[in-house]
Amino acid sequence: MHLAHYLGLLHRAQLTLGDAFREVGAAHGDEPDVAEQCARQARRCDRHARDLEPFARRYAEDAPDEPERLHSELFRGTRTGGLGLVRDLHDLYLMATECELCWTVVGQAAQGLRDAGLFAVVRRWEGETAIQVKWLRTRIKQAAPQALVVAAD
Amino acid sequence: MAERDAVTDPWGERAPYGPGEEWPVRVDQHLVDIPDKWVRTASVLHSDGDALDLGVRDGRLVGVRGRAEDRVNRGRLDPKDVYGWQANASPDRLTRPLVREGSRLVEATWDEAMDRITARSRELLAKPGGWGRFGFHTSGQLFLEEYYTLSVIGKAGIGTPHMDGNTRLCTATAAAALKASFGTDGQPGSYTDVDHCDAIALWGHNAAETQAVLWSRVLDRRRGHDAPAMLAVDPRDTPVTAEADVHLAVRPGTNVALLNGLLREVIARGRVDEDFVRRRTLGFEALRATVEPYTSAHVADVCGVPAARVEEAAELVGTADRLFSTVLQGFYQSNQATAAACQVNNLHLLRGMIGRPGAGLCQMNGQPTAQNTRETGADGDLPGMRNWDNPEHIRELAELWRVDEAVIPHWSPPTHAMQVFRYAEQGSVELLWISATNPAVSLPELARIRRVLSREELFVVVQDIFLTETARLADVVLPAAAWGEKTGTFTNADRTVHLSDKAVEPPGEARPDLDIFLDYARRMDFRDRHGDPLIRWHDAESAYAAWQECSRGRPCDYTGIGYADLRSGSGVQWGGERLYAERFNTDPDYCESYGHDLATGAEFGAEEYRAKNPAGRAFLHAVAYEPGAETPTDEYPLVLTTGRTLYQFHTRTKTARAPELQAAAPEPWVQLHPDDARELGIADGDPVLVRSARGELRLPARVGGTRRGVVFVPFHYGYWDLDAAGPVADAGRAANELVATRWDPVSKQPLYKATAVAVVKEG
Repeated sequence: MHLAHYLGLLHRAQLTLGDAFREVGAAHGDEPDVAEQCARQARRCDRHARDLEPFARRYAEDAPDEPERLHSELFRGTRTGGLGLVRDLHDLYLMATECELCWTVVGQAAQGLRDAGLFAVVRRWEGETAIQVKWLRTRIKQAAPQALVVAAD
Repeated sequence: MAERDAVTDPWGERAPYGPGEEWPVRVDQHLVDIPDKWVRTASVLHSDGDALDLGVRDGRLVGVRGRAEDRVNRGRLDPKDVYGWQANASPDRLTRPLVREGSRLVEATWDEAMDRITARSRELLAKPGGWGRFGFHTSGQLFLEEYYTLSVIGKAGIGTPHMDGNTRLCTATAAAALKASFGTDGQPGSYTDVDHCDAIALWGHNAAETQAVLWSRVLDRRRGHDAPAMLAVDPRDTPVTAEADVHLAVRPGTNVALLNGLLREVIARGRVDEDFVRRRTLGFEALRATVEPYTSAHVADVCGVPAARVEEAAELVGTADRLFSTVLQGFYQSNQATAAACQVNNLHLLRGMIGRPGAGLCQMNGQPTAQNTRETGADGDLPGMRNWDNPEHIRELAELWRVDEAVIPHWSPPTHAMQVFRYAEQGSVELLWISATNPAVSLPELARIRRVLSREELFVVVQDIFLTETARLADVVLPAAAWGEKTGTFTNADRTVHLSDKAVEPPGEARPDLDIFLDYARRMDFRDRHGDPLIRWHDAESAYAAWQECSRGRPCDYTGIGYADLRSGSGVQWGGERLYAERFNTDPDYCESYGHDLATGAEFGAEEYRAKNPAGRAFLHAVAYEPGAETPTDEYPLVLTTGRTLYQFHTRTKTARAPELQAAAPEPWVQLHPDDARELGIADGDPVLVRSARGELRLPARVGGTRRGVVFVPFHYGYWDLDAAGPVADAGRAANELVATRWDPVSKQPLYKATAVAVVKEG
C-alpha cells in the first residue's frame, strides 16, 4: 500500500511550506501585508502538519521507505526587491500547489480505505491550502506589473 | 431661528418625536453680519451632509444658516458647520503657486508651476511602464466633478491603477463590506430610519462627535414617546455610550468575536427571519457552524465584557422589529475590519432587517465627500461601481471614454494608498500628486511618510488651500479654491446629493481643483482614440453631465438628478430612500466584485462567483475570530486607539483656523483608565510620554473615559501651527507617529486602533 508515501509527502510538504512562509515573511518585513499573512499561513501549515502526523506515523509502519525529494525542497531562500518578492511568492505558490494536490491524493486514498478519521482531516484543512494558493496568486498579480515593467531594481 | 453657543451646546435643544413622525425642524444659524445674499451648499467638515446656506455680504462670507427643507438636517447645524466657514478667510491661505528651489518653496506663476509638473509627467510617460511611475493620493473633501475628472485623467489619460485617496483611511471598509455582502457599494439604509426604528445599534461609531446632527436626531427619538432601545459598542466612554441602554466596552480588535457571539444568540434563541434568509441570502449553514463556538461565556472571555451584557445586547438586537445600525471607525480601523463590518450586515440579513422603514443599516463614511471618491473611482474603485475583473464593464468605460480597453488599468484591483506610498518609497512611483489631503499627519508611521515624501527622487505635487505639513515637503504647491469658492456636488453617508454653489471669489490666484485638473489634462494633451480631447468638459456642470452618463444604469445612477433639481429643491438621494427592498446587487454581470476570502484577501474569480448562483441574494460571510498581529507586550503593555474630537476635523487645516473650534480643543491629549493611571503614578493633567515601536509623543494626560488597558489619542494634531512638517525638539504630538504600517487584508484600510504602547510620566 502506497498511502504512506503520499502521507509522508504531504506531511513533509506542510512542514516545509510552513518554514518557507516564515522565511519569506521575515525577509519582506517592509511589505507588512506579506509579512503578516505569511506568519499567519505558517501557523496554518503547522496545524495541518500536526493533525497529519499521527496518520503519517501509523501508515509509515506499512511502508518504511522514505519518499523521494519534493519540489518544495527546491526552495533555496529569499530574495530582495520588487522582483524578489514576486519570485519568493512564486516559490510559495508552487509549494502550496503541491500541498493542494497532495491533499486531493490523500483524500482519495482515505476514502478508498474508509479511513474516516484521515478523511476528516483532509476535509478540514484542504480548503485552507486552496485559499493559500489563491492568496499567493492574488498578491503576485498585484505585484507583477510594477515589478516587471516599471521598477528599476 | 436659533443662535446658540455650539461649543458648549453641541447638539442644541431637544425636539422629541415618536416613531413614524417627521423630525421637527429647527433652523440654526450663526451670522457675524447681515448677508446681502444666501448661497446654497452643505457641510464639508464631516460625512453627515448637513444642508446649509452661506451668508454673503460684499463678497465675503458672513455666516451660515441650516436649510429647514432638507431631509438630512431639517435646519440644524453642528459646531463645525456653525464656525468652520471662517477658515476660508484665513490670512494664511495659499494664494500663489509655490515651487521648490533647493530647500525652499518660492512663489511662482501658474505657468511655471504647471510646466514643472507637465515636464516631469512627459519625461516619466516616455519611459517603459510610464503609467506605473505616477501615483495620485486624493481626498474625501473635493467635489464629485473633480474626482470624476481626476479619475478619467488617471485611468484613461495616463492609464495608471495607482490612484487612491484618504478615503482609504476612513471608508474603504464600508465599501468593501457593502460589496462583499450586497454585491456593490451603496448604503442600504437612510437617516430617516432613525425616525422609524425601535432599536438602534452603533457599532464603533461615536456619532455624537462624528455626525452631531444625526446624533441630535437620535436623541430626539430617545426623548420622544416609544423611544428606540439603544446599543453601543466602543472601548471608550463617549456621549453615545452614556446614552445607550447597553454599552459593550470590548477589548480593541475583538469585534468579530462579539458579533459571532451575538449572531449565535440570535440563531439559538430562534430570532432568525427564516423566510428572509431562505429567499434572500446564501451561506446560512456555514455561518451557523462558524458562530456555534461563540457562547456568551467565550465571547466575554475574548472581548473582556460581562457575559450578561453580551446576552442583553443579543436580546436588544434579537427582539427589535425595526433595527437600525450604523458602523464606523471602531470597526473599520480595527483588527479584522471587513470581516467585522460584514457581521453587522449578517445580523440585519438574519433578522430580515433591511429595505423597510426603520430596518436598515449605514456603513458610515468618515469624510464629507468620500462617497463620491468611491463612486467616481478616484480611490481604488472603478467609476460607477464597475468591476475591474468584468471585461464587459471595462468595455463600457472604454466606449464611454473612447479609448482602447488596454489603456484602462484592469489587470488587478486599483492600487491602494498604502501600496502607492510603498512604491514611492521603493522608487518606482516617481511622481506623487496629493490633492486636498494631508498624509504627513493622517497616514500611519509618520516618520516613514515624511521620509518618503522627502525623497530627492520623488516629485511631489500638493494641491491644497493651506501650507499643510505635506505641502511643506512638496516640489510644487498649487493653491486651490475652497468650498464656497467653487461649484460642484457631493453625496453624504446616506446617498443624499447636494449642490454647493460658488458664494465668493477664491483668494489671490487660487483656482478650483476642477480647473487645475482640466488645465493639466489640456497641457498634457490627453486624447481619445479619435484624436479628440479626452476630457470634453470645461466646468462643473458639464463635468457632472459627463458623470451622469458614466453612472447610467449603475447602482449610483445620477441621470435623474440634475443641477436644476438640486437648485430647486434640496438634497436628493440616489437610489431612492432605501435600497434592497426586493433584490441585492449580486448578479454576476452587475456586481462590483467577485468577492474575497475575508481572512486573507484572496480574490475569487468570475467562474467561482457564477457557480454560487447568487441571483440577487446577499452573501452571509462567516469568519472565525483571529487576534490581531500587534498585541500588548511587557515593553508596550497598553493598546492605543486613535480617534476624533467633536471640534476638529481631519488634520485641523480648517477647524483650527476657526477660533471657537480651536479654543474648544486646542491641544492633543492622551486618555487613560484611572486604574492604569494610578499604577503609572499619573494624575490628570500630568505630562506623559507615549511610546510605541515607531515613535513617541509628549502629551498631557486625561484620566478616565477608556476601558482598562486602553489609551486614546485624538489623531487631528500635527505640526503646521508650529511652522513645521514634523516634530519640533522631539516633541511628537501627531498620534500617527506611533501607529504601525498595517492594513486590513480586504479593504486595505490601515489599522489605527491596535497599537501597542507604553505610557510613562514625565518630569
